[in-house]
Amino acid sequence: MDILITGLLLGGTYALIAMGLNLQYGMSRIMNLANGEMLVIGGFAAFWLWTSGLVSPFLTIFLVAPVAFVLNWLIYIVILRPLVRRARSRGQLEVDSILTTFGLSFVAVGIMIATFGGDYFSYSYLARPVVILGENYALNRLSAFIGAALIAGALYLWLNHSRPGLAIRAIAVSPDSSRLVGIDVPRLAAISFALGGAVTAVGGGLISMFLTLDASTGVLFTLKALIIVIMGGVGDIRGTIVAALLLGILETFVATVIDPGLTLAAAYLLFVSILLLRPQGLFGRSPS
Amino acid sequence: MTAANSRDLVVAAILLLLAACLPWIGSTYAIAIGVTIAMYTVLATSWALFSGPTHYISLATAAFFGLGTYTTAIGIEYLPYWTLPPIAGVLGAVLAVLVGLATLRLSGVYFVIFTLGLAELVRQIITWIQNFSGQRGLYVLTDITEPHIYWQLVGLAALVYFGGWLIGRSRLGFALLIIGNDEEVARHSGIHTARAKLLLFMVPGAVAAITGAMLAPRYIYIEPSLAFTPMLSFQVVIMALLGGTGRLWGPLVGVIPFTFLWEAISVSFPNQTTLLLGVCFLIIVYLLPKGFVGLLMKIRQLGSGAEVRA
Repeated sequence: MDILITGLLLGGTYALIAMGLNLQYGMSRIMNLANGEMLVIGGFAAFWLWTSGLVSPFLTIFLVAPVAFVLNWLIYIVILRPLVRRARSRGQLEVDSILTTFGLSFVAVGIMIATFGGDYFSYSYLARPVVILGENYALNRLSAFIGAALIAGALYLWLNHSRPGLAIRAIAVSPDSSRLVGIDVPRLAAISFALGGAVTAVGGGLISMFLTLDASTGVLFTLKALIIVIMGGVGDIRGTIVAALLLGILETFVATVIDPGLTLAAAYLLFVSILLLRPQGLFGRSPS
Repeated sequence: MTAANSRDLVVAAILLLLAACLPWIGSTYAIAIGVTIAMYTVLATSWALFSGPTHYISLATAAFFGLGTYTTAIGIEYLPYWTLPPIAGVLGAVLAVLVGLATLRLSGVYFVIFTLGLAELVRQIITWIQNFSGQRGLYVLTDITEPHIYWQLVGLAALVYFGGWLIGRSRLGFALLIIGNDEEVARHSGIHTARAKLLLFMVPGAVAAITGAMLAPRYIYIEPSLAFTPMLSFQVVIMALLGGTGRLWGPLVGVIPFTFLWEAISVSFPNQTTLLLGVCFLIIVYLLPKGFVGLLMKIRQLGSGAEVRA
């Protein structure tokens, strides 16, 4: 029970981060391997504002979100759009965007190390115990989970029950046909890329409340988010949430029962079994 | 075999023999750099053999390399050294088959993601196993010196070049060329695409493991974070792409300048190596999509075009 709840709390924050990646990969078709660095930047903003001005991370995320939105929008327009234009096939765009976003990720890590150093950063915010069902949990984990759940829920409703949300889901299914029904695909692709970056950065702000980060941990979160997105199905928000909660529980289980050093190995095992059994994702329909 | 083909073989053999003379004429520093260059040449060339034609970006080099280093580190206590590189090669090929079976049937993105974490996965498992035995690292104490490692690597490079040359002329090489251009077409013309990719993926797997096994005596003390450094995978990708994967000798053209650049940067700005990697990636995508080889070809084309006009 203890494992289940801790896992769910962790998985909730993962869900938010993976939703950000899914908006970028599923909707605007850019495999963004610099996603984890956006998370670290969000986490760093929360850390810096808390330690220097005692600004609550819950306020910081309202600052982080628009900044990350604009930053990602610029990245898409300036760096990635030329690649989308020159790509002759989806395969070529994939190779190009993988190399480019790897480049961006390394540049981001390099700049962060140069400016802030490579130290771990963590801060203590709401580090009080709270009792659920007779067990103790850290209040910061619980509040980060609630924050993530609220944002993820709002995003889910927006995507499923609004016109822009519908348009974004349409370009996830078929960019070519979306153009025929009057959807401005290039503009919306840029917006969903930017939105994805903002969501991930907010997730970073929340996760920094209870996890220790450093300049180069981004890639680990990118990996986890990728595993979640593929497990849940590319472009499928509901699948992402379920997969994230599953991964959170699995990681907590492995860390408590076997060894904390094996969490990534466990995530990989899950990934391989998905690849072998259901490569289209948990809820995806079979391609044939 | 045409005349041009046999001429290429002779030229390559002479160049390799010249390269093998380095330990007699070079200083200790030159030999150390030589080992590094030979190592990256072998890794990048075998990487390009698979990833060049198929466009599948493999980031598994570090995993195979680490597997090889550990083969030597563990095996040296029980077996004579000369048996270990071949054993590492077999293990590397087996691991490549396992990875390939899980991912090569799917699109390239799955493959990238899987190989990206593979080194970390193997590292976590080895660290976990070592926690039981209580030892942190392993010592590899041999009387193998730098020149010995260098000669072994040059020999391995000769094998890789010869193997690559053979693959390029075989049905497998032709099949891969078609897969790289259009996998759908390849499937429709009766090529077993998954099997072809799997077979070829064994080459970089085995070669990287052998390289790791050969370099273990250089490190002397082996621990997981050293053997499975993820940076290695990225360096190999950059060197191969920087040189260009269109020709067998392409990666070598990337390896030599990059090794010197890397040495210079890590001596004077040790914290900026990540930034360098990132900038190189961006340069490759935006300025050198076909590497130095592509650039040379373009210059040569322009040159010949100008002559015709004049």
